[in-house]
Amino acid sequence: MSNVVRLTRFNWPEKGVPKGVLTGEDGHAWLPSPVRENGPKPKAVLKPKISTRNLNFFYGRFHALKDNSLDIYEKKVTAIIGPSGCGKSTHIRVYNRIYDLYRDQRATGTILMDGEDILSPACDLIKLRRRVGMIFQKPTPFPMSVKDNVTYGLKMHYKLSRSRLMERVEWALKQAALWEEVKHDLEKPATALSGGQQQRLCIARAIAVEPEILLMDEPTSAIDPIATAKIEDLVVNLKERFTIVIVTHNMQQAARISDFTAFFYQGVIVEYGETEKIFTKPEKKQTEEYITGRFG
Amino acid sequence: MQPRLATYRKLTNALVVGLSGFSALIGLFFLGWILMVVILKGMAAFSPDFFLKLPTPPGVPGGGLANAIVGTLLITLLSVLLGVPLGILGGVYLSEFGEQSKIAAAVRFCSNVLMGTPSIIVGVFIYAIMVYPLGHFSGYAGAVSLAVIMLPVVVRTTEDMLRLVPNSLRESALALGAPRWKVTVQVVFRAAKSGLFTGVLLAIARVSGETAPLLFTALNSPYWMESLSKPTANLTVTIFNYAMSPYKDWQRQAWGASLLIMMGVLFVTLVGRFYLKGRKTP
Repeated sequence: MSNVVRLTRFNWPEKGVPKGVLTGEDGHAWLPSPVRENGPKPKAVLKPKISTRNLNFFYGRFHALKDNSLDIYEKKVTAIIGPSGCGKSTHIRVYNRIYDLYRDQRATGTILMDGEDILSPACDLIKLRRRVGMIFQKPTPFPMSVKDNVTYGLKMHYKLSRSRLMERVEWALKQAALWEEVKHDLEKPATALSGGQQQRLCIARAIAVEPEILLMDEPTSAIDPIATAKIEDLVVNLKERFTIVIVTHNMQQAARISDFTAFFYQGVIVEYGETEKIFTKPEKKQTEEYITGRFG
Repeated sequence: MQPRLATYRKLTNALVVGLSGFSALIGLFFLGWILMVVILKGMAAFSPDFFLKLPTPPGVPGGGLANAIVGTLLITLLSVLLGVPLGILGGVYLSEFGEQSKIAAAVRFCSNVLMGTPSIIVGVFIYAIMVYPLGHFSGYAGAVSLAVIMLPVVVRTTEDMLRLVPNSLRESALALGAPRWKVTVQVVFRAAKSGLFTGVLLAIARVSGETAPLLFTALNSPYWMESLSKPTANLTVTIFNYAMSPYKDWQRQAWGASLLIMMGVLFVTLVGRFYLKGRKTP
């Protein structure tokens, strides 16, 4: 992989870190080494967050994913496109092992998340799912109040005082661009919200626990165009904090919001690369045919 | 092409509508008849004494069924405390944990069989395992026998209601990092709340009219009960005894007791209905 650059932790002077420089959680800058004070702007650095190798997935006897290998880069939006039934959702459902709910589903291969194999039986699913949030196709508000929906995951993973809890609720709802619409109805049942609001509530609920990765399984397919636009804006904003993987049927959506795109067909990753390249100069004929709408 | 004549089709339609309507009317007629008689005869027995006094020996006027009313309430309450938690846990196992396993299939089959078991057999069973070894009839045995009758009803309705909760809800909660038991208790139960509540109420309605199992377990008593470990007065066995007695007074009391039970069941069912209607959760 030629585009991976070695990073050095760099203690920036008091003035603060210039724009465009990657910073770690502690506020330190990470720069390609060696650091040159007046050199060219550091190139955006790609760090794989999830490295999938030879992932195979089975629904009972049905072989749904075939030797998927893919790197999801940190703090980027990766879109997964492909015709219905090609394994898009199946693929991302492995990242948080949600398929474990079903007896007859199993996965083989390795998926390294920050170097840790999440497919190993030793992997703690509760910790994993705190790190990997998921948004589903249909909004799934829990049958409780708006506030309780957001605090559900929070309370489970963190011990917070009441006031801190409410701060986090406000923060999450603001991040999900929902705060202004619900700030006076926090005690209202979440099921009384509109579909688009419900979906943003689900996003707020997921990001409230501060995951590192956000999986979105066709998050806008059951929602009207205005709400869809809001959620797309949201995705673009959220990638500053989170690594996002989004499954979508909508090619324009993939082109608008993603940095990388993977094209799936019949359980195989046909092509994967930068979104711009996939949509302008695809290498494979199948990809071209799909994105130009000739099949799928 | 010649279209088929409509006459024949219309005739069949009229025939089916007529027949089904007639059957419904027959059912309603008898139901209405029973209701009428029970209400008319039962009301005649109602008086403050009926609710407040102990039964009197035959021939002595006055008296009431206060002890039986209290007994029935206590036995039913205790049977709910025994049967409902067990039944709900069983239903949770079938729907959330066992699912397609062999044990679950066996449990499901057994509860179906148990649901169809005549209640008198349950009564004899409890007689054999509780009354006979302990040497006396007791209210506790009555409550256990009612709990056994309630159990399969609660298990099956719980399973059915939990299954109505879409998997997407479970997945969302799991995806937030919730352990399975929390998903069940905090999310799935909440979503199925009204259904579970209705199931429990229907189970109560079902057992509150049972006579045969109590005949073998709680028996009856003309006195205030001292504790549930003694034979305990209850309405259904009282109806059974009084209705067969030759005394006019007792027969009237039996009508009153019948009306009381009927009203109780009606009340519980209505509450269940109201709850199910008022709180629709997706």
